[in-house]
Amino acid sequence: MSAVAANAPGVSGRPVEGCEAQILADLKREFGPKLLEARVVRPRVAEVAIDRADLLALCHYLKEVAGYEHLGCISAVDWKDHFESVYHIENYATGCVVQLNARIPHDDPKIASVCPLWNAANYHEREAWDLMGIVYEGHPNLTRILLPEDFKFHPLRKDFPQEVDRQYISRRKLKGGK
Amino acid sequence: MPEFWINMGPQHPMTHGLWNMKVKVDGETITDARPEIGYLHRGVEKISEVREFQKVIVLTDRLCYVSSITWSHAYCLAVEKMMGVEVPERGQYLRVISLELQRIASHLMWLAAYGPDLGLLTVLLWSLRERELFLDLIQLLSGARMNQNYPRIGGVRNDMPENFEAMCKRSIEHFLEKLDHDYEKMLHESKIFHMRTQGVGKISAADAVNWGVTGPNLRACGVNVDVRRLDPYEVYEELDFEVQTWKGPDAGDSYSRFICRFNEMRESCKIVLEALAKMPKEGAYRTKPPRRGEGEGYARTEDSRGEALFYVCGDGDDRPYRVKIRSPIFCTMAATPIMLRGNKLADSVAILGSIDVCVGEIDK
Amino acid sequence: MSAPLVPSLFGACYILTGWIIWIIDQILYAIGFVIPPINDPLHALGGWLASPAVLTVITWLVMVLVMTIWAVLLNLLTMMWVERKTYSRLQDRYGIMISVWSLPLWPFSRRKDRPTHKGWGYLQNVADGMKLLQKENLVPASADSMMFNVAPAWIAGTTLMVFAALPWSSGLYVANLDLGILFILAAFSLAPLGILIAGWSANNKYTLVGGLRSAAMLMAYEIPLILVVIALVFTTGSLDPQVLVAQQERALTINGVVTPLPAWNIFGPQILGFVIFMVAIVAEMERIPFDLPEADAELVEGWTTELSGMRFGLVFGFKWLRMIAGAGLISILYLGGWSGPVFYTFYIGNVPIPIIPEEVWFMLRIYLLGIFFVLLSWAVPRVRIDQILNIGWKRLIPFALLAIVIAAAWQMLFNVG
Repeated sequence: MSAVAANAPGVSGRPVEGCEAQILADLKREFGPKLLEARVVRPRVAEVAIDRADLLALCHYLKEVAGYEHLGCISAVDWKDHFESVYHIENYATGCVVQLNARIPHDDPKIASVCPLWNAANYHEREAWDLMGIVYEGHPNLTRILLPEDFKFHPLRKDFPQEVDRQYISRRKLKGGK
Repeated sequence: MPEFWINMGPQHPMTHGLWNMKVKVDGETITDARPEIGYLHRGVEKISEVREFQKVIVLTDRLCYVSSITWSHAYCLAVEKMMGVEVPERGQYLRVISLELQRIASHLMWLAAYGPDLGLLTVLLWSLRERELFLDLIQLLSGARMNQNYPRIGGVRNDMPENFEAMCKRSIEHFLEKLDHDYEKMLHESKIFHMRTQGVGKISAADAVNWGVTGPNLRACGVNVDVRRLDPYEVYEELDFEVQTWKGPDAGDSYSRFICRFNEMRESCKIVLEALAKMPKEGAYRTKPPRRGEGEGYARTEDSRGEALFYVCGDGDDRPYRVKIRSPIFCTMAATPIMLRGNKLADSVAILGSIDVCVGEIDK
Repeated sequence: MSAPLVPSLFGACYILTGWIIWIIDQILYAIGFVIPPINDPLHALGGWLASPAVLTVITWLVMVLVMTIWAVLLNLLTMMWVERKTYSRLQDRYGIMISVWSLPLWPFSRRKDRPTHKGWGYLQNVADGMKLLQKENLVPASADSMMFNVAPAWIAGTTLMVFAALPWSSGLYVANLDLGILFILAAFSLAPLGILIAGWSANNKYTLVGGLRSAAMLMAYEIPLILVVIALVFTTGSLDPQVLVAQQERALTINGVVTPLPAWNIFGPQILGFVIFMVAIVAEMERIPFDLPEADAELVEGWTTELSGMRFGLVFGFKWLRMIAGAGLISILYLGGWSGPVFYTFYIGNVPIPIIPEEVWFMLRIYLLGIFFVLLSWAVPRVRIDQILNIGWKRLIPFALLAIVIAAAWQMLFNVG
């Protein structure tokens, strides 16, 4: 049920109880072995981790079948041994959010683009490419958005050095601890 | 005459911030548009990886400088979710009061910028005059008018002073009277204002949801979504306010966006008065959070402009590992070509002004 | 009845020119006295200068100068001051407050007990003008420099031309033409050409769009302006400003009943024409709500974007001069011009000085109309260009034609004399 129909009388704009458990059960039923991790974080938030190959199938299921029509955000995180493209997909009818962590190997930063499903992904994927260097295959216009067009680096990666002032390093770290 | 591209910005008196909008005009009609952002990119996400958790609040304040408490609050919520910190009730009420006051101030700043866009320069001075009331209240509460550094992880920075409640009630009463008299006559009853904003900049509800438009821009299309109601945080579940959705025909044009945002100011006043009444008289306003955090935290709030979303990762250090900021206007910017196509060049300011652009949050 | 302070500008300037020529003659004779060989030619020159023909020609030049000083130096500054103070009060603030106490000269030296910025603010416009004079005169490299220089001069010149035929009382005018109103409207309508030249020659997309918008708008609004003047001619039978005002000086009689109202043209079938004229003149003056050509919201400054320094100062300041001319035109056509009672006349020697002369009544009307235009401008948003053209072509012109029909019918039915 889409949010446009969510304005039909009877839908209040308030959250629905148990929606996060519901969607988790649905996803486990459809994609059981492909989910690397799946848990309920707190009311109205469910978290799922997958490999990058299953992204489009899961997103298609979420949008077309489960009615999750709002793509909140696409984040790119650089865990030093792999990248993660994190999707926060929201349902306007129930108020539930699914956090999708798609794991990407570090030496081959490519993943399918979800632009055909949600146009909101357009700018988010461009920003992830610009700052982190993850290539979204199938994106209509993957160019730099925040940084200048001829900038050569991807600054948000952990190997892009940053000037750190000495006084911001904690005493324990200076003495060699963690 | 052939079509040509006109640059509106980056140096332009009326685009409210440093961004560029290229419009392709055929005579007077816009055939295409391409926004260009990134002029104000300050690298907030990268800097916050080397600052301790509390020191990042100073950075998130300056993301959208017109509405700073709402951004710092969203960050604090995300970190609290990551660390598992629970904010005491008085602290939650204080947060709600400061958020709603900031929301009114932000909307008044939008109104002060929108009037001159259409040629109504008197509204600029009247809105800024009313905004002074709320900036004085925010200064009384937090010590500064802008970039207040007020929310903390685990609560707020300080308790409210003794005369705050009385001054708040007086200011809100004065403000509501001015809204009903002066602004109604200047804006709602002006035929020329209706001519300029009705039917202009239309976007359908399905398009808006697909492109990620949120906040008053989405509610103006008729979609009844407000994060304070749909996914309540703080004490919003206990407060009674009406979500301003456009219910009539002609949804999605500049006039409906204007009306939704204008009426939100009234609702915020109601929330503030109710919160002041329901607040626990004594109690802690802050708990001490742990110094280090590990895991992932995610929070979404209803910022003045839409849905602000923070995703914070920690790896056990006393600084965040990754802070991701999702700005509502970043996504609305992608939808502006749809709103602009087919309208006249003179309407471009009416449309771009009605979506309430604040460039600080787009460019991070 | 009304009486002018200056019964004849020509006469006054003739006397003034006589004095000036007399001073020049004395200087010439003194030089001739000192250097005897050229004494006779200088005497002949002095005599020729004092001859009536030469005096008349120089008097015309002096009249133009006096009228320019009167209109530009005194009335323009006052009208700008009135506008800035009025809209500031509408916006709940004090407005411009520079006064003579702000001048850094003796005896206006700054003291602790005398604040510098709490005055009336009249000198602010002078200060702004001087600031504009000191700015760098930029001409864009790719602009058509001859046309770029001509455009502000064209706008300023044609606006001043209006004041050659606009009388300020029954004596204070440069020239009284039989078709005075037609000349004034024609001079008014020459400025749009200057605007178009300014927009085109700056070689800039903003100015081009602004100039074209302005040309379209002004062309659309001149037609109803002239049509309602035609409607007026049905009742007045003349386009001479003196005749128009003289006709409005008596009391209004309806079917033989004398009313206490004066016979202004607004009280009668011309009321529709008055409304249309007001709307059209606001568009001609390019004021909000019709100031889209110069809209600073989207076109930076529209057709004046590339003008800097005094070029900008001229076109910007002369917008108010056009407002004075427009208000003057409205008061002559509809509001009785300069008619108004003289409450008392006292005599200096045998020169009569009326207490409230015609000039004061005229200026009262101009400034009251000016305040009305200012309050209208600053309380109302801008209308979009296609909506402006819509109003001009589709609403004003039919109503103007209706005004002509009403005037003709009234004239035929009642034959009001």
